[in-house]
Amino acid sequence: MTTAPAPHPGLARIALVGNPNCGKTALFNALTGARQKVANYAGVTVERKEGAVVTASGRHIQVLDLPGTYSLRARSPDEAVTRDAVLGRLAGEAAPDVVVCVADATNLRLVLRLILELKAVGRPLVLALNMYDIAQRQGLKIDLEGLSREIGAPIVTTVATRRRGIEDLVARVEEVLADLPPFQASEWRELDAGQIKAAHRQAQNLMRAHVRPPERPDTLTGRIDSVLLHPVWGMGLLLVLLLVMFQAVFTGAAPAMDLIDRGFGQLASGVAAALPEGLLRGLVADGVIAGVGSVLVFLPQILVLFFFIILLEDSGYMARAAFLMDRIMGGAGLHGRAFIPLLSSFACAIPGIMSTRVIDNRRDRLTTILIAPLMTCSARIPVYTLIIGAVVPQKTLWGFASLQGLVMFGLYAAGIFSALAVSLVMRKVFWRGVSEPFMMELPTYKAPDPLNVLRSLWMRGAIFVKRAGRVILPLMVLVWFLSTFPEAPIGATGPAIDYSLAGRIGHALAPIFAPIGFNWQMTVALIPGMAAREVAVAALGTVYAVGGGAATSLAATLHQSWSLASGLAFLAWYVFAPQCVATLAVVRRETNSWRWPVIMFAYMIALAYGAAFIVYQSAVALGAG
Amino acid sequence: MTAPIPTPDLNPPKGEGVRMRLRDAPVGTHGVIVDVQAEIDGLDHGVDAGELQRRLLEFGFVEGARIEVIHEGGIGHDPIAVKLDDMRIALRRRDAGDIMIAQDAR
Repeated sequence: MTTAPAPHPGLARIALVGNPNCGKTALFNALTGARQKVANYAGVTVERKEGAVVTASGRHIQVLDLPGTYSLRARSPDEAVTRDAVLGRLAGEAAPDVVVCVADATNLRLVLRLILELKAVGRPLVLALNMYDIAQRQGLKIDLEGLSREIGAPIVTTVATRRRGIEDLVARVEEVLADLPPFQASEWRELDAGQIKAAHRQAQNLMRAHVRPPERPDTLTGRIDSVLLHPVWGMGLLLVLLLVMFQAVFTGAAPAMDLIDRGFGQLASGVAAALPEGLLRGLVADGVIAGVGSVLVFLPQILVLFFFIILLEDSGYMARAAFLMDRIMGGAGLHGRAFIPLLSSFACAIPGIMSTRVIDNRRDRLTTILIAPLMTCSARIPVYTLIIGAVVPQKTLWGFASLQGLVMFGLYAAGIFSALAVSLVMRKVFWRGVSEPFMMELPTYKAPDPLNVLRSLWMRGAIFVKRAGRVILPLMVLVWFLSTFPEAPIGATGPAIDYSLAGRIGHALAPIFAPIGFNWQMTVALIPGMAAREVAVAALGTVYAVGGGAATSLAATLHQSWSLASGLAFLAWYVFAPQCVATLAVVRRETNSWRWPVIMFAYMIALAYGAAFIVYQSAVALGAG
Repeated sequence: MTAPIPTPDLNPPKGEGVRMRLRDAPVGTHGVIVDVQAEIDGLDHGVDAGELQRRLLEFGFVEGARIEVIHEGGIGHDPIAVKLDDMRIALRRRDAGDIMIAQDAR
């Protein structure tokens, strides 16, 4: 979290304001290029994007990209930031010297009303008519001079994706900066319904007087929508798209993941060979390198996922997917837009939670964040595979269905259904009501701009590495410390971990876990398994002192020492248990409070214990103990 | 409810036909918005009636705007997508009860 730097004397500040989908981010990128910084606003989870532009005369101007909004009357935390930034009410932020209002030239009506509100704020205004090439292609005629006179602000036409009109915009902003009017107090107040209606009439009059409707209006979006929003074909295409996305995430990312995995393995063994036997070697190889590797191994999957998500967002399809899924998600009290974050969580909950930013309503977003880790992420797969292989018999049911496969399917289904159930309960307990109104613009389809896609992808990847890395690294070191100290006495017979703090904690916790069928070895393995779910596999290997981590021999050992009831209880535990500190850390960062990760941890632990208890006791009663 | 007025005119007057709530409008309905109210309809919208009305207004659901219902969801005909002047907007039927439209006369 960085707070805004104190305003530099003589450093001019401008803020970009506009409706959603007006190409504001593209304009921000075109203005600032690589000179951007992403942080959070002090005290809220809204992303703060700032950059700098150097004018032709060499003057530095700071550019703040504010969240898109239809009105200064804020409905979400993002919109509140826009309002407060424009009004200069934001803690640690000076009011912008000039407000640059960005407008989609083909969709002016709502932004003209926003401009009328911005005028009341009293800051000097410059209007950037973006996507002007599309307006020209449609034969839309805008009387720029007349409109500029009426709104009392210079107008610049831009095509941000082609960097057209950018110098012109900067030059105009500089002109306004050179001749700043004396500071005016804001006359802006929240509008009531009558005033909004009046402002619409005023905007409508401006439209009538200065904008001639397009001669060749866009019909492509309508034609695409007649297929993509079709109740049957649209849904079918969405499913195909998801299938492609999942294929790409799981198979496409596999080679890169293997490479990273092997790279870190070699790095660890290289370091181990270079360092003398001892604690330092253990710390560096098993603690630091293994810890960083266990996070970075998911980076390829996350990049592939975000690549699809950014493409869907930028092309305008995301709103359509939300439209198609709204009814189904709404049944569980979720927003249509919760669909993509939850889907992403099947790969890893971290990008899922990070992508909940597309949900503008805070409650809907929090609900989605809290249930995201119930989706079966790929880190659970090694655990499920090992335990199912060890305890579930290899039987074929009804001639075609393998029992092991059915159990695996059941675990995925349990995750999905419990997520929906938790969402319903959450709505009743926390929010005490139905969801807020679902209203969103279905933007015109656009071909995504490759440069903007790459820039967004880079930004997401960097945020993931920074956020997850900053937390997971110290925690991995902590877990290593717990499982290493105190060291086993010379001549000890049991595995070394048994003598460590983790071993002692495991033994101490064993009575609590006995009713759900966990023996002390399982309990001990849970401690290092807190770092990341798949670590439990290695931890079980350590506890049972199986050399070399050979999965088959470990499975054979487990097969002998675990009952079916214990094995099933362990699986049930893993459906729910919050065994991933990185997820909890990301929730802390995304919600900017310890409250939500604590609630998440508590409810997931409770569900895990309850589910494992029910599974174990029923299995014992049925004679599988 | 007034009956549609038969007109021999080749350019039928806009928005002089049957009045209905957007909530009840089937796909293909086109007309003009005649009123956006803040009505307490007994449905829970998560926000009060005045707030819902302001949100609708801010999205451009105002008197005089052209509106056409272009798509609806497969389950329960919900949500709906409407063309509102030059914009396309998706909303749930339950939140669209306050929008009164007059269909174009045929």
